[in-house]
Formats: sequence, C-alpha cells, structure tokens
Amino acid sequence: MSSSSETAATQATWTPDRPIVSIHGVHKRFGDFEVLRGVTFDVMKGDVVCVIGPSGSGKSTLLRCINALVPIDEGSIQVAGQEVHDPKLDKLALRKKVGMVFQQYNLFPHKTALQNVMMAPIQVLKQDKAEVRERALKLMKKVRLNGKEDAYPGELSGGQQQRVAIARSLAMNPDVMLFDEVTAALDPETVKEVLVTIRDLAEEGMTCMLVTHEMGFAREIADMMYFTDNGVIVESGPPKEFFANPRDARTKEFLGQIL
Amino acid sequence: MRAAGERLYGTTDLPVLLPPGERLLRRASRERTDGVPRLTLKAWHGAVIAAVVLLAAAAAQAQGAAEARPGVLTALWKWVPLLVEGFLFNIAISFLGMGIGTALGTVLGVMQISLLPPVRAGSWIVTQFFRNAPWLVLLFFCMFLLPFEFRVMGFVVPFPDWVKATLGLSLPVMANVSEIVRGAVQSIPSGQWEAAESLAFSRRQTLVQIILPQCIKRMLPPWMNLYAILTMATVLASVVGVSEVMTLTQRVLSAESRPELLVPFYGFVLLLFFMYCYPIARFTHKLELRYVVKL
Ligand SMILES: Nc1ncnc2c1ncn2[C@@H]1O[C@H](COP(=O)(O)OP(=O)(O)OP(=O)(O)O)[C@@H](O)[C@H]1O
Ligand SMILES: [Mg+2]
Repeated sequence: MSSSSETAATQATWTPDRPIVSIHGVHKRFGDFEVLRGVTFDVMKGDVVCVIGPSGSGKSTLLRCINALVPIDEGSIQVAGQEVHDPKLDKLALRKKVGMVFQQYNLFPHKTALQNVMMAPIQVLKQDKAEVRERALKLMKKVRLNGKEDAYPGELSGGQQQRVAIARSLAMNPDVMLFDEVTAALDPETVKEVLVTIRDLAEEGMTCMLVTHEMGFAREIADMMYFTDNGVIVESGPPKEFFANPRDARTKEFLGQIL
Repeated sequence: MRAAGERLYGTTDLPVLLPPGERLLRRASRERTDGVPRLTLKAWHGAVIAAVVLLAAAAAQAQGAAEARPGVLTALWKWVPLLVEGFLFNIAISFLGMGIGTALGTVLGVMQISLLPPVRAGSWIVTQFFRNAPWLVLLFFCMFLLPFEFRVMGFVVPFPDWVKATLGLSLPVMANVSEIVRGAVQSIPSGQWEAAESLAFSRRQTLVQIILPQCIKRMLPPWMNLYAILTMATVLASVVGVSEVMTLTQRVLSAESRPELLVPFYGFVLLLFFMYCYPIARFTHKLELRYVVKL
C-alpha cells in the first residue's frame, strides 16, 4: 500500500486538527474468512467512539488491528500519523501510543497491582523508578484502588482487576485507549465501578474507542456510534440520532434485541 | 464467543471438574511434556526394601554362622563409609548433570518457541533426538567420542571419565527440560502475551519478565521428578567404569567373595536411593496438588 516515504510525510504533517486514528478501507482475512471487509472511519482527539455489533462481526479484530496485534491485509490505519499497514512498522512505537484493555483483564498474576502498573513504564519506557512509582500511586487513586497497591491480581475482584488493567494502560500515557468489552466478564454490580472509571477518563479528554454491549452507557458517553455487521460498518451517527431512529434494518433488529 | 463445553463446565485447572475427555487430554499432555515416567514412590516401597535387606541379612547371617565367618552387619558396617562416599559421588554427578542439563535445556526450550522457523525446527529435532535416545547409548557416545583432555590456550584441561559421564547424562536431561519449558510456556494463556505486547514489551522482554516467571511454578514438579529420575540413572555410570556406588559395591563384593552378601549389599544401595528420592517424590506430588488447586 503506502510507501514508506509517504508514511514519513504523513507522520511529519500530523496536527491535532487531523484525526488521531484514521481507518481507511481496512480488510482483514483469517484464511478464507474475511472478518473485516472495508472498514472506514476517523476518530478525532478527545472523542469517545463506541463500536457495537453482533458477536463475530469483527469488533475485537478491528481494535486489535489498530495496535498491530493482528496485521491487516488491505487498507490503511494511521495512529497519530503513523501508518500501521507498513512492513517497516515500528510496532513498539505504535503501541506506546495506544493503550488496550481486554475483556479478561490479563493482569500479570505474579506481580502486585502496583507492580502491574509500574512494569511497562520502567521496562519499556526506561523511566525513573521513583517517578513511575509516584505516578502509579496516583493512577491507583484515580481508579479508586488506593489501599490495594500490594494486592495480587488473584486477591482482587473482577471489577478491581479491570481497573488495575486500566491504570496499567494509562501508565504508558497513551494517546488513544481501546476497550474491548471490558465489562462483559463482570457481574452487574461491579460493571458500574468500571464504567465510572471510563467515564472519568472520557471526561478528562482521553480519546477512547469502546467495543461494548452496555448500550445505555454508550449513549451517555459516546460522541459517535458505529454499528458493525459482517465486517462492515452498517450505520453510524451521534448516539441520540443513532438510538432514536436507526435507519438500517440490521441496526433496528440488533437494537430491538438488546433494548 | 465461548465454546459450548467451556460454558457448561467453566474454566478450571482442577482436573476433577473437567469433562472426562478433557481430563484424559490433560493427563496425556502432561505425560507428554514430562517425557520420563512420573515417580510414584510410596512409604511401603521403602518398607519392602528394608524388609528384604533384613531378611537377606538374617539368612546370610545364619549361613555365615555355620561357616564361622564374621556377621553380615559387621561386614556391611565395615564398608558403609565407602558405599556412602560412592553414593555422595552419585549425588554430585546428579547435581552437576541437572545443572548443565537445565541450563542447556532452558535455552533449547526457548528456541523451540522462536519465531524463526529454522531455529524452531532445529531445536525441535535436537530435543526429540535426545529425549527419545536411550540414556545408556548417549552415555557411551560421550564416553568414547569425547577426548580425555582438552587443550585450551596452552592449558591442558583434563577430562576424566566421570565428567564425560556427567555430560552424557545431562544430554537427556537437557532434552526433557527443553520440553518442560516449551510445555510450560505454551500453557500460559495467550492473553498474557497480548497484554504484554499491547504495553509495547518486546518479545524478549515479554518472555523474560512476564512469561518465564509464571512458568516456574508449573515447571517445578516435572523438573523435580526429572531430577529424581536422573539420580537413579547415575548408576548407569558404573557401566563405563566411574567409581560411583554401584561400581564400588561390585568391587566390595568381589573382595569379600561371599555370594550371600549380594542381596543385603545391593539392597542397602537400593535403600540409599529410596531414602534420597522418596522425599523428593513426595514433595513433587504435594507441590503439584497445590498448584493444580491454586492456579
Ligand atoms: N486469530 C484468528 N484466527 C481465525 N479466526 C479468527 C481469529 N480471530 C478472530 N477470528 C474470527 O473472526 C471473527 C470475528 O472475530 P471477533 O473476535 O473480531 O468478533 P467480535 O465482533 O469481537 O465478536 P464478540 O462479540 O463475540 O467478541 C470470528 O468469526 C472469529 O472466529
Ligand atoms: Mg470480541
């Protein structure tokens, strides 16, 4: 696709008035099965974007493509000007800009909550340990887990683990945060504490992309809604319109099932 | 989406909670990565050995008394220091062999999960070759292929038989450790890799900081089992003339030239090995139970 010189040019010219994440004509195949079939949309800095859609429609795959956990076959994804679809991609540089939170938390079980948060800045960014520690303590406070610093993941509830995972991603100071169904594995009471954390983040101006089944929450915080089905974006729009009068039949059916 | 079975049974590491087919699969995969049989030493095994030694000693005593020779226990007592010394040599060989084998095997095991196909294939072949070759054959190879001394920069480094034997024994250990490492790394959920990758950890950092530390718990039981097996295998070195406990026992017996001493003496050697390996086997079993429940 794009040559490296073009990449360098776009990288040099990225300014805050351009989309921080720009997805264009993305195709992704697993063998014969085409999971993404031409996805295009932009995310501006500070925006909160929610992606919804039926199971298997490629939502997780789309998020994984953005931080190059899976390579794309066609199209272009630019994160702060850096092209992801590039054989010479500096994956580590890209991933420093993109934080990701998973459904299964994926905390490192052999480290305490605080160590989980401190690990990447120290090992990857080579930052000063004392500074990182101070910042990590603040982050633990921010996700309302002060006092749990020395607990191991196994000793924390699902909701608490997920908030540690959010703090762990934030410790890298990412430009964009990706949330992949982060409340799907939680019981209804603990869902709220995680959603509150995400809302706080969104209100502070963090760019967020959420895949979620929490429609009410999406309607509250999203700037844009995207509905995917079979690897394409079927419908999009600001949440008020999107939920009030969905136009596409598939969207209607999906919302009808959930609402 | 979760598989149907997963939803019905939940995710668990406690084998008893799994559907029967899955349970068998787990066991098969554990035995595959173990490579060597799992020692299931019981206390009564030791009691049987002790009883045999005592009975044989009593019989020999009776026979000896008829021929007016010194008592069996007196004879045994005379040689115990030498036999124990020989046994300590076996332990030394096992320590050294385990150390070398573990160091090489860890490297080999990590190579088995390399992203480079030639490295992966090469290390796989080496692992499979040394894992499936008879230990005694490997021992003989090392005995006869390695020189008795090395010349390094003008120095002559002697290479005695027992060192060669230790190297020979460390080869199968290496291969089995390699497989234990590979199995443990692959048993870590892929979510750990993804989380580390998304935090911009390099593959090497991920392996060293995140994956391998979590593997140690899973590797410890099969590794200790391997050690117990190696300890018992050190007697193979007697075949190539290393003066360990079996060789010494043979020499002592031929010096005494009293056939009735054969069973008590070899029984005593057996008892030494049992007393050393039994606690290891018990501890391995306990660790394993604990991890199965805790994970
Ligand atoms: N590594 C892979 N190899 C092969 N197929 C894959 C892989 N990852 C995902 N898929 C397939 O791609 C399709 C889309 O998967 P994806 O996880 O993106 O869906 P999703 O929209 O996130 O669904 P859910 O709501 O269930 O999480 C699924 O059919 C899945 O089986
Ligand atoms: Mg998904």
